[in-house]
Amino acid sequence: MPKVTFPRMGESWRTFKMLMNDLGNEVVIPPRPNKRTLDYGVRYAPEFACLPLKILMGTYVETCLEGAELIVTSGGSGPCRAGLYGQLHKKILNSIGFPVDIIVFEAPKSHPVDFLRKVNRLNTSRLSYRAIWECIKRGWEKLKYLDDAEKLTHVVRPRELEKGSTTRVYRRVLDWIDTAYTMKEIKEAGEAALEAIRSVPQDPGRNVLKVGIVGEIYVLLEPASNLEIEETLGNLGVEVRRSMFLTGWTRDNTVKETREILTVKDAAAPYIPLCIGGHGQESVGHTVIFAKEGYDGVIQLAPFTCIPEIVARTILNRVSRVHNIPVLTFFLDEQTGKAGMSTRLEAFVDLMRRKKGHAGNLRAQTEAG
Amino acid sequence: MIAYLGIDVGSVSTNIVVMSRSGEILAALYIRTRGRPIEAILSGLAETAGLLPGDVEIAGAGSTGSGRYLAGVMVGADVIKNEITAHAVAASMYVPDVQTVIEIGGQDSKIIIMRNGIVTDFAMNTVCAAGTGSFLDQQAARLNIPIADFGEMALSSSAPVRIAGRCTVFAESDMIHKQQMGHKLSDIVNGLCEALVRNYLNNVGKGKEILAPVVFQGGVAANAGIKAAFERSLKLPIIIPRHFNVMGAIGAAQLAREEVEKTGRTNFKGFEIAGLPYRTSSFECGGCPNNCEIAEIYEEDRVIGRWGARCQRWDVM
Repeated sequence: MPKVTFPRMGESWRTFKMLMNDLGNEVVIPPRPNKRTLDYGVRYAPEFACLPLKILMGTYVETCLEGAELIVTSGGSGPCRAGLYGQLHKKILNSIGFPVDIIVFEAPKSHPVDFLRKVNRLNTSRLSYRAIWECIKRGWEKLKYLDDAEKLTHVVRPRELEKGSTTRVYRRVLDWIDTAYTMKEIKEAGEAALEAIRSVPQDPGRNVLKVGIVGEIYVLLEPASNLEIEETLGNLGVEVRRSMFLTGWTRDNTVKETREILTVKDAAAPYIPLCIGGHGQESVGHTVIFAKEGYDGVIQLAPFTCIPEIVARTILNRVSRVHNIPVLTFFLDEQTGKAGMSTRLEAFVDLMRRKKGHAGNLRAQTEAG
Repeated sequence: MIAYLGIDVGSVSTNIVVMSRSGEILAALYIRTRGRPIEAILSGLAETAGLLPGDVEIAGAGSTGSGRYLAGVMVGADVIKNEITAHAVAASMYVPDVQTVIEIGGQDSKIIIMRNGIVTDFAMNTVCAAGTGSFLDQQAARLNIPIADFGEMALSSSAPVRIAGRCTVFAESDMIHKQQMGHKLSDIVNGLCEALVRNYLNNVGKGKEILAPVVFQGGVAANAGIKAAFERSLKLPIIIPRHFNVMGAIGAAQLAREEVEKTGRTNFKGFEIAGLPYRTSSFECGGCPNNCEIAEIYEEDRVIGRWGARCQRWDVM
């Protein structure tokens, strides 16, 4: 039985663990990115590479030390270095003495045969295609509940009466979803989890700001890579909506693009009419949509040296002006000190609050006059 | 007399002001933090107390700067505010119609865009400290020029030489190259001022609409060479407020005043705390793979603050 591992992106590992087990593989669970991950990543990755490459590098070293033999990851589309990272990771790991192999899943819509061949390679239990399909369906259901639970915490946290209660409940219910196995169990556990988060005591009258989060997929999905910015914002009384979740991304890259992503491309079209790699186009498009939906601000998360996000950042200056929405960019790298980020977030929240209050006054004035 | 205390604990300097109800600055102190913020705060408080007339009663205290939480728990601040808001508040106290605030301190530089008295946009240097006070300090020390004379020396230059400004490493090697070629020191210093201003406008000020009145504050505003370079580049007059180097502390005092007017009471512990023993310690949590480095501060034998945790585990004192 080969020992399989995969990148850690938020809580999605719970799904992949189940899926890999179902196919008959032993799983080495990737640890939450931590100081040791960064140390290994920085040591073995090229200096100029971006944070996602370094974190994954570190994660793979950690899992290889625990005996991982096969890494499963996804490729990238468009002109972004991340598309080649899987191959690069393999070369580096082999050269430092880990004889691992790596399976890189490309988008099935453009590489269907290749996709099936790779699924077969992971199918240690020799399940029928039909059985595999059932496994995928269960995994998908789990992933959806994991995403929904996380989304719900973004709404509840800024309104919680007792600081930290949402996070506490969230940590607990993740285990419920994690241990559920059959379709029925997953649905029950998922619904119970959502209900538990919804039941956290809240102040419905609280004046909560709404902020959209855009940027590169890895630093959006893995809280350890963005200094838990969403939790920090929640504690500052800000409801966040992240522009990307694994379920949404998978839909866009498996069968056909969902309506949502097409609208994002439309929204970005006046500024970036083509794919510039990574998620640069989406960052711009989502910002336009957040502005139109009346959000108070947008935060862009980008790995330091990420070209698509650098391009987007420059353009976001204009989007911010045209659509009258404040935009704050964070370039993330290996720094773990939170002070700089806290200062900027607190100032950004002050700015949005004053802007909102001021707009309210203006409206009141015009109505009165 | 009722007055308000503002403390700004920055990377390079710790500033303390006491401001009367009418906005008059009764005491203003600018001392070096020297990497020891607790000592700086304690000696600063003791010194401030000595500068005040006897009848002053502190009705509110505020803290700001990267050491704001530390200062906040030590003195019992009524408000702990980020430096961007504090600087914006202070700038509009002196120039009510201010539209642009340029603030350059020891470790960071910021631009704050204001319209009709509210902050509409801001930026801070993100990944590089080129163009901040620390680099000027370091270069002044290397050239053996007192930092106070740096600006005047730049003004005496007739022909600035071009210095690369994007990165301090590039800037320094450029300066050394130009100095070894025999350029006058005043021209090199002036070139450095221009490079820093160029870098600031291209990096921190990128894409921002810089309109007059422009207020320039923070320690680097003492440098006449930088002010002149800004005026040349922006073609706008630059206003430097009288208390330019303690504006963050003034903003914190003003915010404290607004806060206690709402709450009706202050948490300020009094200047006596300058005599109490404070110490810090740190440990690795070990509760999860994050191994957060937790820093604690003790007042006498009591923990009054903890930082560095990524979760709430250590929040309860």
